[in-house]
Amino acid sequence: MSAVIPHHHNLLACPECDLLQRLPPERGRGRVCCRRCGCVLHHAGRDVIVVPLALGITAMVLFILSNAFPLLEFGLQGHRDATYLLAGIRELFAQDRPLLASVVLFTTILAPALHIGLLIYLYLPLALGRRPPGMVAALRLVQAVLPWSMLEIFLLGVLVAGVKLAEQATIEPGPAAWALGLLVIVLAAAATQVHPHRLWDRVA
Amino acid sequence: MTARVDTASAHELLSCHSCGLVSRRPAPVSRLSCPRCGVALHARIPRSLSRTWAWLVAAIMLYVPANLLPIMHVTSFGRTRSDTILSGAEYLVQLGMWPLALIVFVASVLVPVTKIAILVYLLVSVQVRSRYRPLDRLRLYRFTEFVGRWSMVDVFVVTVLVALIHLGRVAEVEAGLGALFFSAVVVLTMLAARTFDPRLIWDNAEPVDVESNAHR
Repeated sequence: MSAVIPHHHNLLACPECDLLQRLPPERGRGRVCCRRCGCVLHHAGRDVIVVPLALGITAMVLFILSNAFPLLEFGLQGHRDATYLLAGIRELFAQDRPLLASVVLFTTILAPALHIGLLIYLYLPLALGRRPPGMVAALRLVQAVLPWSMLEIFLLGVLVAGVKLAEQATIEPGPAAWALGLLVIVLAAAATQVHPHRLWDRVA
Repeated sequence: MTARVDTASAHELLSCHSCGLVSRRPAPVSRLSCPRCGVALHARIPRSLSRTWAWLVAAIMLYVPANLLPIMHVTSFGRTRSDTILSGAEYLVQLGMWPLALIVFVASVLVPVTKIAILVYLLVSVQVRSRYRPLDRLRLYRFTEFVGRWSMVDVFVVTVLVALIHLGRVAEVEAGLGALFFSAVVVLTMLAARTFDPRLIWDNAEPVDVESNAHR
């Protein structure tokens, strides 16, 4: 396995239909799509290191805010209270549903935290001109964790639950709800800005 | 061979699923790794079909208790009401909350059933070497991959209700076993979609003529 495998830097195989294609030398600012299935093969334009780093740092601040402040404020018969992102998970653990609690914990806290942490771990050293240790594993992990980070779906869940209760009690979104709304947008943007292909062209 | 499809695997080339580099398979070796980033190289996801079937069959089996068992129990003023996914949506209709009932019904019933049906169809169509409309089949695959996660919304609604109502101290909400089975169904169908290799759809497709890439 020590022999170098011959490879082709100018060729590209579509990840969704395997069609071999050559990237045009002048790529302009648009996207290059697979000729057969339309899958996006190449994004041009934004910086592959600075943009994901900026989004990662913004996401980190918003993530901390959305965990530190109340998500929903609740008023019923003069009684006022507020709930946090972690409260539901803690309550599920308390109700002896550890597996369900773990699924929710992973998809709303751990996976987003891992996503954000990996963005900073990868792109901060790269922006400073160094290659982080375990870059390959970190790049694969950041791609693998994306579908499991479900904050946007959680936000819809908060909305549904809030509307459901609005007839019986006064429900108001807390500061964390606004932070979560912004975080969902920033994370969605970050998800489209990780381009291992272009990153390797620049780093290797 | 009359006509050959211009794919990487037809040319004995492998593309790295992590960094995208295309390299040549030297000889029939069992394990190869990407010369640029070192990740293991495979022409297709190994044992994609049998693994996808395994996740999918598990999801189908768990979908039964997920629908039959209550997802939550609400106790207020000494009376307990248990709701399954369907009866919960029905209750919302009774209360006149149509938009919410629609969200719950689409995310918890329509999406999982459609997703399971599409994956079964894709697996069967690849196994019988179908040449029928590969692009549309790929679109079905993209649809399931994009939409499948949203089924989790009901589980999150239960989580938020559990936290909120406990605070109010007038009613007690308890998560039911159905919620656990339902979240397992979502996770399993997501795993099934991820182990399915969409390139298998194209392995029996008609050859294409080579032109320049489409710019968009």
